[in-house]
Amino acid sequence: MLLLQQHVETAATHPLAGTAAEWLWLVPVLPLLGFLINGALSVFGAARLGPDDPSGTHEAGHPGHASMEAGHGGAGHQEDHHTVTRHRFATITSIVGPSVLVVAFLLSAVIFWQFRNAGEIHAAFVQRYFTWVATGDLTIDAALMLDQLSLVMLLVVTGVGALIHIFSVGYMRDDPGYPRYFAYLNLFVFFMLLLVLGANYPVMFVGWEGVGLCSYLLIGFWFSDKANADAGKKAFIVNRIGDFGFLIAMFMLFANLGTLDFQQLRIAARELAPGGALVTAICLFLFLGCTGKSAQIPLYVWLPDAMAGPTPVSALIHAATMVTAGVYLIARSSFLFSLSPVASLTVAVVGALTAVFAATIGLKQWDIKKVLAYSTVSQLGYMFVGVGVGAYGAGIFHLVTHAFFKALLFLGSGSVIYALHRAYHETHSHDDAQDMRNMGGLRRYMPITFVLMWIATLAIAGVPPFAGFFSKDEILGAVFARARESTLADASWLGIPGSFVLYACYVIGLAAALMTAVYMTRMMIYTFHGPNRTGEKERDHLAEAPWVMTGPLVALGILSAIGGWLNLPEFLALGPVGSLEHWLEPVVGEATLRITHGHPVEIAHSVEYALVGAAVAISAIGIWIAFSRLKPEALVPKTRAKPEEGFERVLEHKYYVDEAYDAVIVRPTYATSRNLLWRGIDVGLIDGLMVNGSAWFARGFGWLGSALQSGQVGTYAWVLVLGVLAIVGAVTIR
Amino acid sequence: MLAESLFFSAVLFVIGVVGVLTRRNAIIIFMCVELMLNAVNLAFVAFAQVYGVAGQVFVFFVMTVAAAEAAVGLAIIIALFRHKQTVNLQQINLLKG
Repeated sequence: MLLLQQHVETAATHPLAGTAAEWLWLVPVLPLLGFLINGALSVFGAARLGPDDPSGTHEAGHPGHASMEAGHGGAGHQEDHHTVTRHRFATITSIVGPSVLVVAFLLSAVIFWQFRNAGEIHAAFVQRYFTWVATGDLTIDAALMLDQLSLVMLLVVTGVGALIHIFSVGYMRDDPGYPRYFAYLNLFVFFMLLLVLGANYPVMFVGWEGVGLCSYLLIGFWFSDKANADAGKKAFIVNRIGDFGFLIAMFMLFANLGTLDFQQLRIAARELAPGGALVTAICLFLFLGCTGKSAQIPLYVWLPDAMAGPTPVSALIHAATMVTAGVYLIARSSFLFSLSPVASLTVAVVGALTAVFAATIGLKQWDIKKVLAYSTVSQLGYMFVGVGVGAYGAGIFHLVTHAFFKALLFLGSGSVIYALHRAYHETHSHDDAQDMRNMGGLRRYMPITFVLMWIATLAIAGVPPFAGFFSKDEILGAVFARARESTLADASWLGIPGSFVLYACYVIGLAAALMTAVYMTRMMIYTFHGPNRTGEKERDHLAEAPWVMTGPLVALGILSAIGGWLNLPEFLALGPVGSLEHWLEPVVGEATLRITHGHPVEIAHSVEYALVGAAVAISAIGIWIAFSRLKPEALVPKTRAKPEEGFERVLEHKYYVDEAYDAVIVRPTYATSRNLLWRGIDVGLIDGLMVNGSAWFARGFGWLGSALQSGQVGTYAWVLVLGVLAIVGAVTIR
Repeated sequence: MLAESLFFSAVLFVIGVVGVLTRRNAIIIFMCVELMLNAVNLAFVAFAQVYGVAGQVFVFFVMTVAAAEAAVGLAIIIALFRHKQTVNLQQINLLKG
């Protein structure tokens, strides 16, 4: 704390000097404090539990539970709320956990207010606290940076984070690991804030790794079930592949530009050759990091499995904040990506392919959280299309609105799972509380969740005037405009003309939008409409969640409905036009203009209306398809469902990508590790030749020496004489 | 005269060496060692005729050391005999590795 307060070098002339922005360090420190308190409570509480451990009494209280759990199988399946034994420190945790986030959000809001009132700010506000690393030419400061981009992320992380923390109080209160849960959640927010506030790549990387750690800890929160622990490991290991790319990119940046500080790099990058191999390589390695963290092809496979964690975790980490870190990284590195049309086109293509690929899988999932997981992958693809084509503002805009409506969708699904789980708990049933085939007709029992989920669904489907319409339209419009005229359109990607690639991205984006509308409406129909399939006994116990859970839902619902006002398009000027775009201009404006030949893109209003009309029509068609083709009456609960046939089966099994990865990568790796690395190198070479071999050598040599020591003086005398004769002979003969 | 003396000394020395190598009785080996010492003494004396008196001085040193050595060596042999009831060196291999 003392170190943090030593402002070694504060830009005293910066307009923000002396304002609340000086307290920027407190924003990440607050969640860290929450982590320490909750972590202490967790450790202290666990040490006292002993034989009265609630998880032990739970097993005794519900005989046969374990066997039922094993029978469910399948990665990603879990039951929330295993016990009703409340942790002894639950009350303190309920106060500490969310309040640190609320205070952090209020502080961020005050900083935002000061920032706005300080007029046009072009330079970032950097606070250096201490020198973290100083070796040779490399100096890394522990420094936080506040600019327009990090401020947007700051507000999203603390704001949405605070709402999800409050929701968690209701959702997780009865879990025996309650303080541990909040400790991890607080720690996650701390690292996420470090990620978005870091003033250089290494500080950002610490946050990047930290959120990965917390993601691992929270996916495997109910680690006693092996499937959950495996899902956590999968997320961690897949992310390592991406982090390798991030590290290589950092090394290349330092080797060629001599610094890792964002502000210095922005200036140094101007010396790089546009479209050169070096900047392209750096950008592609950075993007490899993004594909890991933000779940893009080919490293998206961990995110659907990550649904094994508690539902608020899915909302916070695996939808609203952490998985968008890749988008933030590209926006933050826009000064590099705008120099490399090839890398930018790669980002856009991978994003578009991921968007449509994940959307098709989402069409056929039965687990409500899996639908949302693939939807998240798909929407992240959209964001990458946005930042890929150089529409950094549009990408960040979609990031913000997506944080609103996807957090709402996840929390809403959490509310549904909570209700079903409670009903199953009352009736001692062990059905799957997340399978949509076991739901149906919930609108009669959970009206608030029902209405709010529809708002979010309309938002993600791109129906005006909800938030997703504006952001998605902005991205698609940007792709279309840049396909006509930009450095990307002039470049070629794998021999294909850039403009053709971008038009293809646009069409793929429209197709993904259609499928988004279909699968989201499908989810709503199966969950809330049609007849109820929960069973007679359970039906009586279905009820709306308590206010502590519905409250955050309402707040997110309002944000999902009006979030589009952040960045209204010109043709729909219901308020200030393009606020967010204008706001981000000091950070990404230079890069955006570089891609569009130095002047803002102009599309004729008639074309623009046609594009918007097409997008809205596609959303409407998608919703109409879902309503006309799906028959919730024909659905049967999971246990009596027939297996799927044909292509639907391929979709239900996610194109067998997990199986393919298993066969192509995981199994060969296992086989290599076992046969070559373990049995060959470790047991054979290291243990056999090196360790035991040196022992055998010493033993053999010793045996020889011991044989010489016969104890017979005569023998010694013979050896002596022969030695003397040999020496004399050698000396005389020469 | 020198050549004859050196030849005689060499013959005596070789006899000592062969005795040390072939005999098993510790006392005989000990006497052979003495023989080798005296062969060397003879060589010293012979060389002293040519190179000066230093050789003869060395002979006295050697004789002194040989006397001391004889005392210690015989004492060891007696102690060994008391312990093993034999002076046959083939039956004494306490330092076998």
